[in-house]
Amino acid sequence: MNSVDSKPATSSLIGSEADSQRTLYPYVTGTSVVGIKYKDGILLAADMGGSYGSTLRYKSVERLKPVGKHSLIGGSGEISDFQEIMRYLDDLILSDNMWDDGNSLGPKEVHNYLTRIMYNRRNKFNPLWNSLVLGGVKNGQKYLGTVNMIGVHYEDNHVATGFGNHLARPLLRDEWHENLTFEEGVILLEKCMRVLLYRDRSAVNKLQIAKITEEGVTISPPYALKTFWNFSAFENPTLGAEGSW
Amino acid sequence: MFRNQYDTDVTTWSPAGRLFQVEYAMEAVKQGSAAIGLRSKSHVVLACVNKTSSELSSHQKKIFKVDDHIGVAIAGLTADGRVLSRYMRNECINYFYTYESQLPVGRLVVQLADKAQVCTQRSWKRPYGVGLLVGGLDESGAHLYYNCPSGNYFEYQAFAIGSRSQAAKTYLERKFESFMDSSRENLIKDALFALRETLQGEKLTSSVCTIAVVGVGEAFHILDQETVQELINEFEIAGEEAPVAEPAAPDQAGVAGPAAPDQAGAAEPAADDDTLAAPGDQGAAPMDM
Repeated sequence: MNSVDSKPATSSLIGSEADSQRTLYPYVTGTSVVGIKYKDGILLAADMGGSYGSTLRYKSVERLKPVGKHSLIGGSGEISDFQEIMRYLDDLILSDNMWDDGNSLGPKEVHNYLTRIMYNRRNKFNPLWNSLVLGGVKNGQKYLGTVNMIGVHYEDNHVATGFGNHLARPLLRDEWHENLTFEEGVILLEKCMRVLLYRDRSAVNKLQIAKITEEGVTISPPYALKTFWNFSAFENPTLGAEGSW
Repeated sequence: MFRNQYDTDVTTWSPAGRLFQVEYAMEAVKQGSAAIGLRSKSHVVLACVNKTSSELSSHQKKIFKVDDHIGVAIAGLTADGRVLSRYMRNECINYFYTYESQLPVGRLVVQLADKAQVCTQRSWKRPYGVGLLVGGLDESGAHLYYNCPSGNYFEYQAFAIGSRSQAAKTYLERKFESFMDSSRENLIKDALFALRETLQGEKLTSSVCTIAVVGVGEAFHILDQETVQELINEFEIAGEEAPVAEPAAPDQAGVAGPAAPDQAGAAEPAADDDTLAAPGDQGAAPMDM
């Protein structure tokens, strides 16, 4: 990367793709992450697929990870870049702990730190090819936010990446409310994940749900959703769609 | 010219295990005009004495806002104090840019102390000749720290530095136990009382002092002169009526909290003697302090 940066600007703009040391497209990708606030904290859901292009290449990729004591991250997009981001975050938490002074970074701080990293990398025209969801609880304060590969970031009561924005968030807008219990939250997330599984070709039926509350992080073991493929709408998908497919 | 053969550079130890240049830097702090700080659970008050070097000049600023939640009061070389204030402002702004939250006071103080420590271990540097009272508010409450040229730092309930600060320390030592639950107004009142102790009978007016406050729901700010004068009038602490304190015993112990940094020791007579000196000798500092 550095060798590229030190060349005159023209060469890197005109140069062929083969000269580039940058991520031009992702290789192995994970699909949507969905997150919601609920009564006691935050819930995140993501499946465990890793797609190599359109091939469902890996089936056990953990995309929900704890960050320190107060935060939880979910990553979609390029898996290796997500692993790199986890390295940054683990370094961050380590050096934060090394102060050993009772202060610790909360979800808001981690989210902002990620935003700085993502935006900084996109400004070098070398983005980390991810959309991330960051949730957490600190001092009774729930936090849920997202940031993507070009540094766009926001907070909301429910967030989703990728296809989730189109398929899950409309459901969440209808059904989400502040006082969801843990069980209701899980049911709502499973509903979202099931719709994604039906309509998102890169989704796989193996998912995890992670919970963070004041007490700490719990990430569920992988499990599958019950599905029903005999809906009449599934039988002849091209029937009502003129033109495209 | 030299007091002994081990004091020409900072990195040379004396056989007694002392670094004289560092100790001289700490002397510079004692010659600056007084600065005091005290805190309750929710507020920190910083106060200082404004000294003019001549009738014709204004005084130098001795209290600096670092960020909305942190401020410093300095005693010693004001120029060094300004440089360190700028450093602290930078650190706060950078932290805010990265995390969108405020730098914990304790961390800033450690960074500052580390910066001062470097100067005690490099042959081409000199220690900073300034002591800083760092007051601030963070998640864990209100804090008051003293940063010393030696690179040491201490957290205090209340503290005073600079010339004739022993008198203020004596006052604070007598009262500090009530500070934790003190109201903002009482804290300012005690700050003014403590400040008056350092004036040795000189009249306390708003023009000879600066007061600054930071606390819950209140960003760090320096009180304007009219407000300070009103407080002085309200508390009726202006007068030269005999000082409330018993004549300050020049005892060397630190105030509430950890023991004061080992003060120089036997070689030279304790410089706090200026509490006893005639008021005429205050111009003695070789540079503007």
